[in-house]
Amino acid sequence: MSEKKENTSAKEAKKKKISSPTSSFKVVVREIVKDKVALTAFIVIVLVLLFTFGGSLFLNAEKVTETNIIDAYYGWGMNGHIFGTDDGGRDILNLLMMGGRNSILIGLGVTAVCEIVGLLVGLVSGYYGGNVDAVIMRIVDFIQVLPAMPIEIVLVSVIPNYNPLSLVGIISLFGWTGTSRYFRAFVLSQRGRDYVLASKTSGSSDFKIMFREVLPNITSMIIIDVVLQIASNIGIETTLSFIGYGLPSTVPSLGTLIGFANDPVNVVSRPWLWLPATVMLLAISLSVNYVGRAFQRAADARQREN
Amino acid sequence: MWKTVLRRILIMIPQLIILSILVFFLAKMMPGDPFSGLIGPNTDPKQLEALKRQAGLYDPVPVQYAHWLKNLFKGDLGISYIQHVPVTSLIADRAVNTFWLALITTIITYCVAIPLGVTAGRHQDEWQDQAVQIFNYITFAVPPFVFYILGIWLFGFTLGWFPISGSVSPNASGFFGTIGSQIYHIILPACLVALISTTSIVQYLRTGIVDNKVEDYVRTAHSKGVPDNVVFSKHILRNSLLPIASSFGSVIAGLLSGSMIVESVFSYPGMGKLFLDSIGQRDYSTLTALILIFGVLTLLGNLLSDIIMSIVDPRIRIK
Repeated sequence: MSEKKENTSAKEAKKKKISSPTSSFKVVVREIVKDKVALTAFIVIVLVLLFTFGGSLFLNAEKVTETNIIDAYYGWGMNGHIFGTDDGGRDILNLLMMGGRNSILIGLGVTAVCEIVGLLVGLVSGYYGGNVDAVIMRIVDFIQVLPAMPIEIVLVSVIPNYNPLSLVGIISLFGWTGTSRYFRAFVLSQRGRDYVLASKTSGSSDFKIMFREVLPNITSMIIIDVVLQIASNIGIETTLSFIGYGLPSTVPSLGTLIGFANDPVNVVSRPWLWLPATVMLLAISLSVNYVGRAFQRAADARQREN
Repeated sequence: MWKTVLRRILIMIPQLIILSILVFFLAKMMPGDPFSGLIGPNTDPKQLEALKRQAGLYDPVPVQYAHWLKNLFKGDLGISYIQHVPVTSLIADRAVNTFWLALITTIITYCVAIPLGVTAGRHQDEWQDQAVQIFNYITFAVPPFVFYILGIWLFGFTLGWFPISGSVSPNASGFFGTIGSQIYHIILPACLVALISTTSIVQYLRTGIVDNKVEDYVRTAHSKGVPDNVVFSKHILRNSLLPIASSFGSVIAGLLSGSMIVESVFSYPGMGKLFLDSIGQRDYSTLTALILIFGVLTLLGNLLSDIIMSIVDPRIRIK
């Protein structure tokens, strides 16, 4: 983070340095355990995952989303519903588990697509450089200046047979550009390095250099980007669901739950509808981002050691 | 410098063309046609068919595109399918509201971000810096709409300090009464949006100050005996403000795309709210026009950023 700290930890790292380079995994674990906040964030993530994915195992999706108007709007702890019920008599605790899981799954799905596409485009663009790079980057530039959210909303509402997978596709349509730019910048800095030139001279194919030699060198960057992307994609999904153009209404999402707060009556007199989901989203975004940053610091530390 | 600006504007032309093609096809994907807004119970289907043919709806797609583009240049964005009024007048009413919201948000953003960034940069690693970093981290990590909800819950409902919807109170009278009421309605949403848009500015400013502090020219100034405050304001701050100036355009562009969420939470009658209302009512002609406007404004925002950058930083003009 800061100059002074970097210097001191670099010195420490030099002292510790042994003949073999430390594996990135070890550095990451050390960095996270050392940083108490990152450790807490990590524990929060594990708890959220246990709650959402573990809890959803015992739930039947159809039962959770079944409406029963007689049970509508129970308050905190009424009739055995810890977090009450919504307008359709659905148990908020159950919706929270499934909604949390769905939001996280969408976040993971979008991240997977964006990372794969972004990585491929970034590698090709950065490695070949020149005209290839220029053309690809103009396209990326253009997509980045498009108003993403309005277009996403229109696509969500006009696409036939809309389902969660289409949502992943629609968000990914705009998500990969940032990732590709990020990797491209780094690959561009690698293409003149000795190991790449040496490999080229010895007759390796471009394909081999890109995937067997450059790619392993950017693994730590991929990990960092994946973690930060997951957080930001969960944010995009919940935002879209919040305004009603994310996951279909039959699929619970954290955003849909928070969306209850769009009605002033719910904001004032029925906080159980939206407050738990809001707290959970806060917990997820803060902790996932923090762990991402801890990874970033760990990667920096590893770079200092090399 | 004019060369750079001119070149930058020339780059925008293909972007605008591609944007218009994209919006055109998006509009084609949406159900309905320009006459949907005019259909009433007494419409004769045959006459409608003739009108459609006359308007060129059965023409080949490129011809339709050219026709659409021609109308666009004439300022004709079509007629709202739902409200039966020209889309341009519908949008113009709302654009004024969004403009004021964006303006006040921008002012608050810079008023908050610059002192925060300067404090963090000057007191690097001290408690002030750490406090700013934590603030910055939270506003970066949490999705904006969560802040809006918590803000409206706390300041709008629980404390009752600010109105929770609309852009002006129906009871406001007189010129100053109306303006006052409008500002009163804008303050809370503007503050909440500003909170989020400070993040990148604070970060740029802090990094800039921290990096510039150790530059040779700063050391030279110090060794010449220039007082610390002068070194800071005349040398460090000036150079650190460069990226802030250039981020101006993208801040504006960001405000426009973010306007949808905040306007929906605060039921503020701006363009973002109009967009969401239109999609709810399937008013596709308005939607198409709005996407086009959002797109063009974002492009202009980025253009503005680059032009400001070339004015304040002569080094990039050479490229």
